Amino acid sequence: MAPRFAIVVFPGTWSDRDWMRALTEVAGAEAEYVFHLERSLRGFDAVILPGGFSYGDYLRPGAIARFSPIMPSIAEFARAGGPVLGSCNGFQVLCEAGLLPGALMRNRHLEFRCQPQLLRVERATPPFTSAAAPGQVISVPISHGDGNYYADDDTLARMEANGQVALRYCGADGLPASGANPNGSRADIAGVTNEAGNVLGLMPHPERVVEEALGGVDGLLFIRSMLAALSGSPAAV
Amino acid sequence: MSVSQEQLDAIALSRAEYELIVRKLDREPNEVELGLFGALWSEHCGYKHSKPLLRLLPTTGAGVQIEAGSENAGVVDVGDGLSVVFKVESHNHPSAVEPYQGAATGVGGIIRDILAMGARPVALLNSLRFGPPDDPRTRRLFEGVVAGISGYGNCVGVPDVGGEVVFDPSYAANPLVNAMCVGILPQGGLVRAAAPPGSTLMLAGAPAGRDGIHGASGLASRTFEDDREMRPTVQVGDPFLEKVLIEACLEIAASGCLEGMQDLGAAGLTSSAIESAHRAGAGLELDVARVPRRESGMTPYEVMLSESQERMLLIVKPGREPEAEAILERWGLHGAVIGLAVEGGAVRIFDGAEPVADAPVSALADAPQYRPGGARPFYFDALQNAPYPPPLDASEAGPLLVRLLGSPNIASRRPIYRRYDHEVQTNTLIKPGAADAAVLRLRGSERAIAVAIDGNGRAAYLDPYAGGARAVAEACRNVAATGAKPLAVTDCLNFGDPQKPEVYYQLEQCVRGIADACAALGVPVVSGNVSLYNETRGEPIHPTPIIGAVGVLARADDRLAAGFAAPGDLVYLLGAPGVRGEEADLAGSEYLAFCLGQVSGRPVIDLNAEARLQALLARLAENRALRSAHDCSDGGLAVAVAESALIGGVGAALDAPVEGRWDAALFGEAASRAIVSLAPGKETEALALAREASVPAAKLGVTGGARLTWRGVLDEPLEALRASWEGGLNAALGRTG
Repeated sequence: MAPRFAIVVFPGTWSDRDWMRALTEVAGAEAEYVFHLERSLRGFDAVILPGGFSYGDYLRPGAIARFSPIMPSIAEFARAGGPVLGSCNGFQVLCEAGLLPGALMRNRHLEFRCQPQLLRVERATPPFTSAAAPGQVISVPISHGDGNYYADDDTLARMEANGQVALRYCGADGLPASGANPNGSRADIAGVTNEAGNVLGLMPHPERVVEEALGGVDGLLFIRSMLAALSGSPAAV
Repeated sequence: MSVSQEQLDAIALSRAEYELIVRKLDREPNEVELGLFGALWSEHCGYKHSKPLLRLLPTTGAGVQIEAGSENAGVVDVGDGLSVVFKVESHNHPSAVEPYQGAATGVGGIIRDILAMGARPVALLNSLRFGPPDDPRTRRLFEGVVAGISGYGNCVGVPDVGGEVVFDPSYAANPLVNAMCVGILPQGGLVRAAAPPGSTLMLAGAPAGRDGIHGASGLASRTFEDDREMRPTVQVGDPFLEKVLIEACLEIAASGCLEGMQDLGAAGLTSSAIESAHRAGAGLELDVARVPRRESGMTPYEVMLSESQERMLLIVKPGREPEAEAILERWGLHGAVIGLAVEGGAVRIFDGAEPVADAPVSALADAPQYRPGGARPFYFDALQNAPYPPPLDASEAGPLLVRLLGSPNIASRRPIYRRYDHEVQTNTLIKPGAADAAVLRLRGSERAIAVAIDGNGRAAYLDPYAGGARAVAEACRNVAATGAKPLAVTDCLNFGDPQKPEVYYQLEQCVRGIADACAALGVPVVSGNVSLYNETRGEPIHPTPIIGAVGVLARADDRLAAGFAAPGDLVYLLGAPGVRGEEADLAGSEYLAFCLGQVSGRPVIDLNAEARLQALLARLAENRALRSAHDCSDGGLAVAVAESALIGGVGAALDAPVEGRWDAALFGEAASRAIVSLAPGKETEALALAREASVPAAKLGVTGGARLTWRGVLDEPLEALRASWEGGLNAALGRTG
């Protein structure tokens, strides 16, 4: 049986259809939309929280979505070790829901940014990044106004020690570079995992770079890694 | 007469128009009826001064599926069972008063026009005009408008894929914000905005408030002296509600329970309901007491004229109301049945049981039309015939190019477009900044569409006929430069007070120029909008026709971007047999204005040459003979070559001899030209195609290296050009980062 992905749709989500195309038409996986009013994730092997502006980002991005009827099932799914990937607004929702440490604040320069972004893959491990080489530099676009990651010093130290920093903004050589961090996030953080490593939040949009026609295929590595983890075979690089 | 001048002024109706209403009703209108007439007979809704002129525009052609002006937007067949729906609309006056919300609701409004046709909105574009970039007012307006477009467009999930912005003193107190939306419709999915008798009128979306009352009549249909007095007439947008409304309305349209759909825009429920009834030859009965409101104590007049945003009128088949309501509920929305379409031609409005208005639909919907007659502006003679300043020393060519690339009208637009999500929906094959038009793939098809928006107010000021024609030519050339065949255009005509003979003359000449260009290029005008009274304290803006163009590529893979693709390619100029500078080419050019401080001359265009060039570009792309193509326009030949080098990150060494006046050769803006690059192995084929198309071509040089050199003319490192080009906009506006 091919792994089945749940694509969670909140009111205001807009990357849902892009994920559907990336997962099914490009990567050949099975996927279904799960509306925020649902209360079960039975039958799904992985969960995607796509980008967008759930509830208009009113109050704070993700702050209202975390109270959606579907959220307890997502927390339960994550506790049971199921892979949960939140991109952009999905990352914000996961932080608000306490499934990931830290918070995402308004970009330091207060402007929205939509642009290609170089990222260093800090950890090339299942279930999200095993298809990458450790330290590999990839290009995945961002599109957000609130991607400025913050965690306090103790939390950050603990995350670094646990290897929870999954992705960092970087220059072409993979090193920190002036101007490489697009939003002011601490330690150039672009993506983090929970302690167990089965919940990933990242500001960039992997689903936007899955075909050469769109400007690159680096986003596929996240999908390939998840498919490999779910089928129990090593990821094809 | 019982009506006061003050009452008439509030809704911008003349005494003569009031008397006409009395004749049509055979009695004096009550307050609500007068409000309905004021809204529907406003310039914004009624096109009083422009309709006779708009009839000059060609509106039919291959693939055009509905007549322009008959529905909310134009519909054009792009093949493979798909149609594109598109329209441009102005939100100038609201943006002058409150730039963030004015621009945001401009975006929201044009999206609903596309949605009303049953189409999914797939792209946004915008065309902006501001005063001098160092004017504090410009900076405030610019920040607000860009933030408003960004805030609304990003949240609503429709990519903002293109646009243009020009700074000129004529817009100092009256910025222009023209927003365009493109939608995709599978064949058979078209929803009309007509309410046949028996259908139910259901209102969906936001509750009505007092915002925007008199937006159409007051704000959009006359000049205004003090922007503060008009602030309450600007609406406030909620892009989240719009996003939810898009999903709900598309789902309802797909369910088959609709007779029609219409958005609520200018003049709110009044225009939406009455125009829908008019299209179907029906009457309607409507109860304002059933309209959901967010404030208490609203009068029937206020409910009918509220311009509260994010509302759609669903015209539901009788008996299917529960289905529509259920879909709305699922998206957290409510549907309120507010009335029904009936036989006969009367609009009857009730407040509960009490009748509050009763008037014939035809009287309301057919606004009087005026053709006041124009007079050739006095300034023409002085400006068109002004002597040009002598050229600077030719040794200045390099530094002048660097400077011109940093002009706020030429510099890279990246500081703007990186604030707009231009990738969501993952169809954007050519992104902003990479070419003259954006290219979007069509799902389920090998085809792609190219979309662009363009206009040149300075050219139209110097010669409105040529300005109108050149706007069409340039927007279509932008599309053609990606290899697409231009299919159709939408127009937004931004002018001053049409009751001034000089302004009316500009309008009429401009429309004639647009009409002739459309005929020559084979592109009908399928939708559009007119924005008049763009002036402050008696000074009209430059007449500014803005043209949005849509083209199609039979194979998405044939698309061309503007940047040089590889070193060793040949650089050609198409549209001229050599590099020769005629003084007349400086007319209205950015170089003349920005470097020499003069606005003068008489721009011209040869529409037959333009048509040949555009056909050739499509042919070259189809044959995969080119590696890049870039329209040669603002800043002229040297700027176009520099832009291709900067976009591609590949320099060039040119050696074509420069004849005539050197600065006109480098920076003159003769129309109908393009810069292309091609692999050496394709030269013979490309030149043969050019000869076949009767388009002259001149070899300029070869790509490669990290400099732009032109033998005997200039030699600049790309880095210097890039610093000026990329930093120009922020530097001019005093912005950092």
